[in-house]
Amino acid sequence: MFDLLWLVPAIPFAGALLLATLGSRMPRKAVAAVGVCTIAASAIVSILIAVAFLAAPPPGGAYTQVLWTWIDVGSFNPRIAFYLDALSLVMMVVVTFVSFLIHLYSAEFMEGDEGYSRFFAYMNLFVASMVTLLLADNLLLLYLGWEGVGLCSYLLIGFWYQDPVNGRAARKAFIVTRAGDTAMAIGLFLIYHSLGTLGIQDLMQRAIAQWGVGSSYAIAAAALLLGGAVGKSAQLPLQTWLPDAMAGPTPTSALIHAATMVTAGVYLIARTHVLFELAPPVQLAVAIVGAATLLLAGCSALTQWDIKRVLAYSTISQIGYMFLALGVGAWSAAIFHFMTHAFFKALLFLSAGIIIEALHHEHNIFHMGGLRRQLPVAFWTFLAGGCALAGLPLITAGYYSKDLILWHAWNSPAGSVVLWAAGVVGVVLTSLYTFRVIFLVFFGDVRTPVSKRPGLPIRIPVWILAILSIIGGYAGPPLLTFLKTALPAALESRAGALTETGSSAVTALAFLTGFGLAWLFFLSKPARATAVAANPVGSVLHRFWFADWGFDWLYDHLFVQPVLWIARVNRGDFVDAFYTGLSRLIEWTWRILRLTENGQLRWYAAGIAVGSVVFVAIVSFL
Amino acid sequence: MELIRYGFLLAGILFALGLLGVLVRRNIVFTLMSLEVMLNAAGLAFIVAGARWGQADGQVVFLFILAMAAAEVSVGLALLVRLYHEYKSLDTDGASRMKG
Repeated sequence: MFDLLWLVPAIPFAGALLLATLGSRMPRKAVAAVGVCTIAASAIVSILIAVAFLAAPPPGGAYTQVLWTWIDVGSFNPRIAFYLDALSLVMMVVVTFVSFLIHLYSAEFMEGDEGYSRFFAYMNLFVASMVTLLLADNLLLLYLGWEGVGLCSYLLIGFWYQDPVNGRAARKAFIVTRAGDTAMAIGLFLIYHSLGTLGIQDLMQRAIAQWGVGSSYAIAAAALLLGGAVGKSAQLPLQTWLPDAMAGPTPTSALIHAATMVTAGVYLIARTHVLFELAPPVQLAVAIVGAATLLLAGCSALTQWDIKRVLAYSTISQIGYMFLALGVGAWSAAIFHFMTHAFFKALLFLSAGIIIEALHHEHNIFHMGGLRRQLPVAFWTFLAGGCALAGLPLITAGYYSKDLILWHAWNSPAGSVVLWAAGVVGVVLTSLYTFRVIFLVFFGDVRTPVSKRPGLPIRIPVWILAILSIIGGYAGPPLLTFLKTALPAALESRAGALTETGSSAVTALAFLTGFGLAWLFFLSKPARATAVAANPVGSVLHRFWFADWGFDWLYDHLFVQPVLWIARVNRGDFVDAFYTGLSRLIEWTWRILRLTENGQLRWYAAGIAVGSVVFVAIVSFL
Repeated sequence: MELIRYGFLLAGILFALGLLGVLVRRNIVFTLMSLEVMLNAAGLAFIVAGARWGQADGQVVFLFILAMAAAEVSVGLALLVRLYHEYKSLDTDGASRMKG
């Protein structure tokens, strides 16, 4: 059964190839069939493999499938090989399954679009790259998938390329993540230089043997990998690309946020967890980055009026929770939150897509309202996803995973009260902005009439995801046990003032606080929210948060403007001045020498005579 | 000693006269004639040198020069005919269309 592992990335890749070459000549139905069925096949294969894995785990809890040697130069011979253990299995199943639902949804959602086959080609390639990344046996192959994911995100964010704004957003995403990827590439060079291998399992073993805890090599390697993870997962300080990435079609956003792309950073850190354990300062940095990001993004989400941007900031914030979990050593909790997040975030984007389509591409939540009765499908599914995102206690999946992370943030030796408190404040914020959107969009008066109702291929995926967003949390305990074969269990140390139940109660209380605030400000009396936003402090904060804490402004002045300035100054290309000067000199001498070519026979004869006299003189006197 | 001094002097003068002719005359017939003078000046220098050292080489080289001069004149005269045909004059300065 495990022999079929290579099919999981290969089938979507084949689909992408087929659609890219022949897609424009295929009828739309065939394009949709190829696009959806390849991912369905991939999901089925990965579920079969998962069943086989659970029934009879391979020896050592891991299975490696070597396909061929990729490069063979001296001692550097990375393989094309897939490594399947509990971690990559969980990621693979979630990614392929959620991607399948998103593809099914896209089949109807993108129906009227010109670039139908192009869209599915990119989407299939996206999934193929992500699965390659997840299953990679060595960091080089992982990097291939990593860059493939980056490429596909660029292509899909700029999918409607006729609008320059979309192209700009795509370039921004590409360049900002490239900053992180460069750090990661340097990290790979460092690891290979020092450990002599890029095989993930080998390098972790050698790292333990060669590098001590807290050695400078371990810190440098982990920090550089963190740089890559931060870029891909849109964490501080490279989070600016993700809100702009909303320029792409809505299913793309769902795919980027839920299944592929942004969770790659979380996976990378979990995959190379040994390196981070060897570098405690970097691991602390991971936790701090996560905590800071979840707060900052939560505040920004409060002020956005574009429904997709609210969701984008909520993704940044939720990935922040995963980073927090990774930072305190709760590896499995991060993966658990990844799974529940994949369900509810895909769901939220897909239902937001239904709303946006139904309202003639209206993104502004203040122009929506009263959709509870108009679009019951969107209402119930968005409510399920929103509750899971906010962490509705005991019922939804999001509560269980978030609660677990908060408990570890408190309880782990690396955790602290500050990290825990940041997480709890994050829960208040999450609950507040989620219910702000829900109250504004689904309650109140109808502001824009509904023009289009979703068909079956759209309704089926959102209902499945809604159910998973609710019940996914109960999969927690078995999942965590299962992940123990691949990831070390979180350490528990502090038997402090707070018990696990106490922490859960605080989380629940935080949820209720946010919910209550949202109720007060956006449902019972919307004038209150306007009043807060209108008072001087409120309006400054509102503008500041709306602009993502000024990060875009800062980067614009720090990097973009100087580069543009240099480009303007260097329009004449002064680096090239030497060569331009040389060519000018040659041209100038040519103009002088040309005068001697006057066509006068006697001048030539004189030239020869004088020349030979001079030559003879030189030879005889020197 | 006298022979070689005057012989070379004569050859040099002849060569200089020939060169002067090439440089100052614009009529191509005279240019060719001046070239002949220059060739014969060189030949004379070989003869004188051969006589001075009692070697036949100088005369052999002179024979070569004669043969080459005959070839050169035939080519030169052909050019002359073409030039006249083209420009209806024998002025070399008139044929300066091929300047760079």
